[in-house]
Amino acid sequence: MTVIGKGEESGAVLEVEDLSVAFPTEDGLVRAVRGVGYRLDRGDSLGIVGESGSGKSVTALAVMGLLPATARVRGSVRFEGTELLGLPDARLSELRGSGIAMIFQDPMTSLNPVYSVGYQIAETLRRHNPGLKSRAARARAVDLLGTVGIPSPERRVDNYPHELSGGMRQRVVIAIAMANDPDVIIADEPTTALDVTVQAQILDALETARAETGAALVLITHDLGVVAGHSDRVAVMYAGRIVETGSVEDIFYTPRMPYTLGLLGSLPRMDREEERLTPITGSPPSLLNLPPGCPFAPRCPLRREACDTTEPALRKAGHDLHLSACHFADELVDTGAAEVFDAVGADSEALARFADTTTPPPHSTTAEEDSA
Amino acid sequence: MLAYTVRRILVSIPVLIASTFIVFLVVVNAGDPVANFATSRQPRPSPAAIQAFARHIHANEPAVQRYWNWITGVLHGDWGPSVQPNLDIGHDLFTRFRVTLTLVAAAMLIALVLAVVFGVFSAIRQYTAADYTITFFGFLFLAMPVFWFAVLLKQAGIWFNEQTGSQFLGTIGEKSPYLEVDTTWNEFTDRIGHLALPTITLALVSFASWTRYTRASMLEVLNSDYVRLARAKGLRRRTVMVRHALRTALIPLATVTALDIAIILGGAVITETIFQWHGMGEMLVESAATVDVYRTMAWLLLSAVVVIGFNLIADLLYAVLDPRIRYD
Amino acid sequence: MTDTEAAGSAGTQLPPTEHEFTITQRTQTQLVLRRFLRHRAAMVSLVVFVLILLWAFIGPHLWHYSYQKYTPDNSQAPSWKHPFGTNASGYDAYAQVMRGTQTSLKIAILIALGSTLLGAVWGAVAGFYRGFVDSTMMRIADLVLTLPLFAIALVISSRSGGSWYWIAAVIAGLTWAYVARVVRATVLSLREKEFVEAAKALGASDARIIFRHLLPNSLGPIIVNATVLVATGILTETALSFVGFGVQPPDTSLGLLVSQAQTAVDTRPWLFYIPGAFIIAIALTINFIGDGLRDAFDPRQQRVRQ
Repeated sequence: MTVIGKGEESGAVLEVEDLSVAFPTEDGLVRAVRGVGYRLDRGDSLGIVGESGSGKSVTALAVMGLLPATARVRGSVRFEGTELLGLPDARLSELRGSGIAMIFQDPMTSLNPVYSVGYQIAETLRRHNPGLKSRAARARAVDLLGTVGIPSPERRVDNYPHELSGGMRQRVVIAIAMANDPDVIIADEPTTALDVTVQAQILDALETARAETGAALVLITHDLGVVAGHSDRVAVMYAGRIVETGSVEDIFYTPRMPYTLGLLGSLPRMDREEERLTPITGSPPSLLNLPPGCPFAPRCPLRREACDTTEPALRKAGHDLHLSACHFADELVDTGAAEVFDAVGADSEALARFADTTTPPPHSTTAEEDSA
Repeated sequence: MLAYTVRRILVSIPVLIASTFIVFLVVVNAGDPVANFATSRQPRPSPAAIQAFARHIHANEPAVQRYWNWITGVLHGDWGPSVQPNLDIGHDLFTRFRVTLTLVAAAMLIALVLAVVFGVFSAIRQYTAADYTITFFGFLFLAMPVFWFAVLLKQAGIWFNEQTGSQFLGTIGEKSPYLEVDTTWNEFTDRIGHLALPTITLALVSFASWTRYTRASMLEVLNSDYVRLARAKGLRRRTVMVRHALRTALIPLATVTALDIAIILGGAVITETIFQWHGMGEMLVESAATVDVYRTMAWLLLSAVVVIGFNLIADLLYAVLDPRIRYD
Repeated sequence: MTDTEAAGSAGTQLPPTEHEFTITQRTQTQLVLRRFLRHRAAMVSLVVFVLILLWAFIGPHLWHYSYQKYTPDNSQAPSWKHPFGTNASGYDAYAQVMRGTQTSLKIAILIALGSTLLGAVWGAVAGFYRGFVDSTMMRIADLVLTLPLFAIALVISSRSGGSWYWIAAVIAGLTWAYVARVVRATVLSLREKEFVEAAKALGASDARIIFRHLLPNSLGPIIVNATVLVATGILTETALSFVGFGVQPPDTSLGLLVSQAQTAVDTRPWLFYIPGAFIIAIALTINFIGDGLRDAFDPRQQRVRQ
């Protein structure tokens, strides 16, 4: 398993190396994360993209040390040189909220309903700044609420979470995360549970948090659009591994892994003319019983014999900082999703069945039609 | 809040009236005190005596009228005629109520404290041997009939007394009829001794059910997002456990406790019967056996007030503890 | 674009499950059943309960002593002749416990059935119609809920003369309100679902929606509650019989047997412990079964292997 940029020397604020997480369940061992590695320098912005079940959230929780006690974690997670895995919880709790902070997905349930938002912000301030008096903490909480864009913070500070909208609650969570000037902020799907209109505001608030604290940001999402505007580097995860990583331009313009290609192709584009969508058929594999070979193979149009026998390693594809895990990455140079995946032909067939009017029968190979 | 409380109390009154009226109809039809009078006394009373008795307990008046007279009478402190001559129902009721109150309060307190301790412990140590043991005993106690357990405890108390050569654990009555050395301390320990076994008995079922409830509530809270966020903030484990988990998990328990009062009252009836306490339990059994309509109604009225009162307390408690619930 | 790619992409769809282990489709009922079967305590309890049921109802026909006829053996400890011993009057305790179990079970099951039937329909109607109907119906249910079960049952039962169906009716007449509450809550959440709208759009009558759509989908909580009611029923009935207001002699119930053995705990313990053990066994197995059913219908927790 290749590590992206060995970071023994200083500069790296967070280094994850060959991280594996497995959960024993009644049905067997679920291998949720299988050898993930990345490196964050000060002020970096990394986007981790993947479907549900790809292991992106579990990776984040492993870094924070918040997995249940039954989880089996192996590998290495180094924060500013200190190894985190294996640290006693008391030590870890010193780092959480001050060195590394985390933002969770659902703002409706992230805050304790019986305490005011100001109290919950002050709580983290006073935990990591023992001398801080409650009045000073409250004042700082008001400041933070203002920074994240909550109007009338001096009134809002005493509100209970249920008195705030989802967007505002998420801002409170961001305020809590940035309160102690962390060096790393991990945001686990911060906008997934919110309306699209609010999403942009939250992402802006995150940017503000980053700017104010100088923290590196790990933005975990399934939404490529979010990543496109807010990350410098991207890691694509599938079935518990990183299958492609590189700069945002690398990933979006020259993807080298069929899964990435498929993800891009399944996004509707407002800026291009009418293009057929090319969704990826099938569903992610069960992490209980991964067959040998590449986990994406069952859904991959490029699938060949090699794909079923050996799992491809994460290798250089193009240049040093662009890595992908596909045996046939080279074949994907200069291809678009439509050339690899089938467009959606089913729609028009279904329509034809329902329509009374005489619709011309769809062509059998739409790929042929679209390729230049 | 105050307005809400007042409103709730005012609304409770028609509920109380409707409830007691229905119960009155049921009680009046559930037994025939006149027939009982005619057949249970030795020597058999004369027809004239029977008639006098019937008039005395208003047996021939229409039910609605009887109810109305009774309920308005209660408001002046007149609880109606008992089949036992010279029995002041009201006075007797309140004396007995104090006796039962001691028992119920003690049992609820012990059950609550123990339930929180065991429930929380069980939740924190989920899936360990301790958790399984506590859960199993919880199931066992829930399945155990109160009366059977009471008799068992009574035997155990007698055995204990024999072993230690003392008379500490009283198994009969709520206090000894006389004390050799009558000091306040002796009176106090005497009471405690007599309180011990019945309290354990009565606390048993509530303890089992509240432990399960606490455990479930605590488990749910421990897996919640806000507890996870609290840990992600770097708060120490203990702080998270007490300030975030416990505080939130105990809210529903407070109301469940108050709402279980009806079940506890039922258990108190049985417990008092077995330990021969002169409380409300004995009163209910006696009045049902003697088909004493007014005495039974007095009992049921007081119990209805208690139940409705506790329901109100439960709601108010919820509002106090959980800021999401506000009645305005 | 090479030829191999074109051939590989155009039209061919590899079956996605070929590569992995297959998952068979199961109906809802099958899923529930499967989950229940995995719950060991519930399965064991089910077996034990069924055994007790069979023993109580079929046993008396196979046993040579009757619960009503006394034998010349007084106050004997358990032996081969009298597996549960005899009491002071010489009655065979084995026959008595069988009969007592039978009576108590009859009553408890009838309570569960009656209460569930009435409560489920009541709650479903209230939840479905909402508004004034709901308000009135639930006020009535709340009224019933303020009545202390045991006390009222005690008072009413003095009229019953000990007939078992009357006792069951009394207790069911008080416990239905709780079922109604639970079912109403379930129906309230169900009726917002799309399938109700769809049924209405297809022209289904109210009764049809209630009985063919809402109630069947509420079966989970209904069944769980029904099992709990059996346990409640047996504990309430035995308590009533214990204080003398339930089953009357010459018939017997487990509660009555314990009551009669109160003074004999030291001298003839078998008369006290055995009936008690049966009450506990029945209530315990029912509770485990109920727990298993609850898990089967709503498996929210994840069991993690140690």
